[in-house]
Amino acid sequence: MAGRYKSDLKWSDVTPRADYLNRRTLMAGAAAGAIASVAPRQTSAQTEELVPNTWEEITSYNNFYEFGTGKDDPKNNAGQMTTDPWSIVVDGLVERPGTYDFADILAGKDIEERIYRLRCVEAWSMVVPWNGFELKDLLDQVGVQPSAKYVAFETLVRPEEMPGVRFPVLEWPYREGLRLDEAMHPLTIMATGLYGEPMPNQNGAPIRLVVPWKYGFKSIKSIVRMTLTEEEPPTSWNMSQPNEYGFYSNVNPTVDHPRWSQATERRIGGGLFSRRIPTLMFNGYEEEVADLYAGMDLTKFF
Amino acid sequence: MALVTAINGWARRVPKWLLYLLAVAPVVWVFWAGATGVLGVEPIKEIEHRLGLWGLQVLIASLCITPLRTYAGLNLLKFRRPLGLIGFFYILLHLLVWLILDVGIISEIWKDIVKRPYITIGMVGFVLLLPLALTSNDWAIRKMGAAGWRRLHKLAYPAVILGGVHYVMLVKGWQIEPILYLGGIAALLAMRLKWRKRQPAPGAA
Repeated sequence: MAGRYKSDLKWSDVTPRADYLNRRTLMAGAAAGAIASVAPRQTSAQTEELVPNTWEEITSYNNFYEFGTGKDDPKNNAGQMTTDPWSIVVDGLVERPGTYDFADILAGKDIEERIYRLRCVEAWSMVVPWNGFELKDLLDQVGVQPSAKYVAFETLVRPEEMPGVRFPVLEWPYREGLRLDEAMHPLTIMATGLYGEPMPNQNGAPIRLVVPWKYGFKSIKSIVRMTLTEEEPPTSWNMSQPNEYGFYSNVNPTVDHPRWSQATERRIGGGLFSRRIPTLMFNGYEEEVADLYAGMDLTKFF
Repeated sequence: MALVTAINGWARRVPKWLLYLLAVAPVVWVFWAGATGVLGVEPIKEIEHRLGLWGLQVLIASLCITPLRTYAGLNLLKFRRPLGLIGFFYILLHLLVWLILDVGIISEIWKDIVKRPYITIGMVGFVLLLPLALTSNDWAIRKMGAAGWRRLHKLAYPAVILGGVHYVMLVKGWQIEPILYLGGIAALLAMRLKWRKRQPAPGAA
């Protein structure tokens, strides 16, 4: 079911298509009037700040270690990934396990626009106009057994198309997971595109998870497997460095990463003199998701 | 060893000031590239990381001078001071970019230095380089005496080790490149240990 979460505006309200492709040129023009005419005045504070990053920013600054650890590696290397045909193996505690073709997954889903903040654990952030559907719709499609408590995901591993998996930076395949109530939350989506275009490979084509109140690495890309489990599934960064990356990894300015502060972030796209901005609790989605963690010690379950 | 002779002859003719001049060019370029979008959409981190890496690379190059002379007979000694100063200059800029452009909030800077081990380690490395940069001139050598000056400049070894550790610690996961740098530093220092053992112990002669 679509529409449980309503963003007050669509990307098309914010940035005309011709401009999002080339905001830099616009900025270089440095005409405040020109910018004001592009971004109509918003009424509420929430929408005011949600001006999406440009297409170029979103597709050229990525963490997708299967293609290399450099921020521009995914853009340079992900083009060779075959995304058609694509299917997702659904197994574990589900009523209808099987291999679901990409078309089967899309069947009957409402593709919505969701403009979300994306906060990377490395303390940078973007605003991304995703297109996708709620993960709950897919879970309903495959039928979740009552004993299931978690959802686990895996990313494609294909060494001949993914130069980064030659190095054991992480244990491949990349793995992520959510508690079932997090997975069922209306903010949690499976994204298939951005800016109304099919998902670029470097952003996790053809289908990826987006959980906007968690650090970006939870939003696993290029998903080939979804498993319903009773136990908390192992997740890649937690397996690699358990003291630095927890299972939950909710955006939380009061719980620092052991090696750096999470109190502030830099919004990508501000250029050489861009200042850090305060990081918001649950990445600004506190109102929507805080209930999920009522009574939990978030410094312990980081 | 015609090649060694040729390089030694070439090294004699290349003036030191040329190195200083060449060292400024990438700095001008990196800030220009950051300001014009050539470095991508997050220029601050990119400039910071490049300056830090260049600093480490140049300091590692300065550590190569002695083993190159010992094992290959190359005499590049005249370039050791320029390399040390250029490395320090890059590290200083790396620190300034972090302080001013990256963090920019005084309270956060101090918290980072005391709370983040990799930043603490980087800062200690920088502090160790300070007296070396300040005494990298003939006047200081005369004033301190050659032996004392040489002893002080052994601080370059721990400083470069700390720089390599700083790099290994700041990346996510176990990435190959920083580990190779640290391995290279360890190898360059290990070569010195061997070389020192071959020398007669003081007083043995």
